[in-house]
Amino acid sequence: MIQALAFYLFASITVIAGMMVISAKNPVHSVLWLILAFFNAAGLFVLLGAEFLAMILVIVYVGAVAVLFLFVVMMLDINFEELRKGFYTYLPFGLLVGAVLLGELAIVGLGWVTSDHAASLSRMPAPANVTNTQALGQILYTKYVYVFQASGLILLTAMIGAIVLTHRTRGGVRKQNIGEQNMRQPSDATALVHVQSGEGL
Amino acid sequence: MESFGQNIFLVHPEITLAVGAMLLLMIGVFRGDGALKLLSWIAVAVYGVAAVFVTILPADRLTAFNDLFVTDGTARFLKLVIYTASAISSVIAIAYLQRRNINRFEYPILIMLATTGMSMMVSANDLITLYVSLELQSLALYVLASIHRDNAKSTEAGLKYFVLGALSSGLLLYGCSLVYGFAGTTNFEGLRTVLHATLEQPPVIGVLFGMIFVIVGIAFKISAVPFHMWTPDVYEGSPTPVTAFLASAPKVAAMGLMLRVLFDAFGGLSEQWRQIIMILSALSMGLGAVAALGQTDIKRLLAYSSIGHIGYALIGVAVGNHESISAVLIYLVIYMFTTLASFLCVLAMQRNGDQIEDMSELGGLAVRQPKLALAFTLILFSLAGVPPLMGFWAKFYIFKSAIEFGGLPMTLLAVWGVLTSVIATAYYLRIIKIMWFDKSSQDFDKPDYLVNDVLLTATTLFVSPLGWIFLGPLQAAAMLAARALIGSA
Repeated sequence: MIQALAFYLFASITVIAGMMVISAKNPVHSVLWLILAFFNAAGLFVLLGAEFLAMILVIVYVGAVAVLFLFVVMMLDINFEELRKGFYTYLPFGLLVGAVLLGELAIVGLGWVTSDHAASLSRMPAPANVTNTQALGQILYTKYVYVFQASGLILLTAMIGAIVLTHRTRGGVRKQNIGEQNMRQPSDATALVHVQSGEGL
Repeated sequence: MESFGQNIFLVHPEITLAVGAMLLLMIGVFRGDGALKLLSWIAVAVYGVAAVFVTILPADRLTAFNDLFVTDGTARFLKLVIYTASAISSVIAIAYLQRRNINRFEYPILIMLATTGMSMMVSANDLITLYVSLELQSLALYVLASIHRDNAKSTEAGLKYFVLGALSSGLLLYGCSLVYGFAGTTNFEGLRTVLHATLEQPPVIGVLFGMIFVIVGIAFKISAVPFHMWTPDVYEGSPTPVTAFLASAPKVAAMGLMLRVLFDAFGGLSEQWRQIIMILSALSMGLGAVAALGQTDIKRLLAYSSIGHIGYALIGVAVGNHESISAVLIYLVIYMFTTLASFLCVLAMQRNGDQIEDMSELGGLAVRQPKLALAFTLILFSLAGVPPLMGFWAKFYIFKSAIEFGGLPMTLLAVWGVLTSVIATAYYLRIIKIMWFDKSSQDFDKPDYLVNDVLLTATTLFVSPLGWIFLGPLQAAAMLAARALIGSA
């Protein structure tokens, strides 16, 4: 009962947030609605028992991708009114594409429902008493440790590559030298002047 | 279940390379770009250590890390070839990079990371390892291609390579997922068992599709026609030492990966993939011979030449028996040395510190620099496959295995191979004619870098008839390696 309630709550908010993403006037609001949609989709994943996917969705999509979107939307000077102009011209085409996609999904869904042995294909047998985060961790750091380390090397290569291709030493940049700052004596910057009273400097 | 220590022991060469790359990185960070020369020579030492580890590995077929990794005779043979090519590529670049002010200390480090990837490629025993190692190699190569980032051509080469490489990786992954979906395993041994069972009835169409996508993905990396489009542009745009590297070690590694996938994973489907490989081979040989005829840029010409050479090597893959696989391995070794030698000659074509790529500038080289002209002539004759040079033996073994295999298609392929190498000889001869008979153009810079000269002399001696001394041991080693690959099938 509560599960069904939670499902309908998450699902309806996801759909509404999705609609608001494309209908909001302000692009920043769109991104915020998108974040709401991500959170509710994560809730749906939790209901399915896929808590690892839920965490990934929140961490990667909300934490990184959505924030990146926000930055891009705020920093680029895009005229959104201009982009919105052709909305009604392209609406029929968009609806057509949407209808095709919906039809395909319906065919897949129908095939799955009517198939005799679909249930046996649906999932791998889940190990008992192991959450899927634990299961992933166990397999990632034991069975696949070799490729896991190799992926680490790929990331290292990517990092070196990014630095090689973009880093250049620029002239005229003031850098903070903490050692120099700490070594600085009062006498380097101030001078004690004996001022005669009533004369000024 | 192997013990952890045994696992670690078997991947010692790869660990050496990975740790070596990080060590070089640390030195580089503290010493700055001035450390390029030092780092390059340390890199050579690291390759040497890794090669020693390879040689002390047991010769049997052993798997590690839950069958993700395999080491056998083939892997050991190819690893030694790859390390040699990487070591040579690291040191021949020093003078070039310093002169052009692109002496980034990351250069030998990226080569070493790419080599780690290649070393893992030839030891891949699982579709996941295959993909991860291929990406490790490719990512480093994309950066190397555009390392001259202030040069429009170099950045263009890097970008083009990156985009097409990403496309090919996508195809490869698509194929992997199809194969996994239909066969239910990503492990090569598992795949061979599963796919063998379907030999009586025609294999499932999904598996075939998957296999074709995987082959296409790897064909991109070895630049077999019709997946070669990136090669001439990337070879032309990249700095010359990078081109030398791109044409040698990664090609050997990708061919090794191709052998692994075809014989280990899809060994049961050899009737299916043989046709594909034969078509790739015939097209590569044809295009490699014809397209190079009109080139004036020496690097583009060598790019087309390398496409043609991959075509010849693929004949041996298509035949797929002990003799032909050992012929492919011999071909790869000779191709690797000859290619590096030819690019060493191109590196010597400098004027006022600029790389000269126009072939007509070679005019009168025989008078100006007779030693260089002689070396280049020998190398080009070897690339063309003129006896008694080493390039002839490479082709000879390949064609011999194809003829002995028999059957009309394979015989036709061999005949086509001979015909195209005759056509290809025309453009090699054109360069030789320019060097010896055309009127002299301006002098090149005096060669001032001893290591390049020494390496050029050594590789030239290798391709000359003197290289015959190595032919016997090479043949024995290649035969052992081929037995390891096919014997396990």
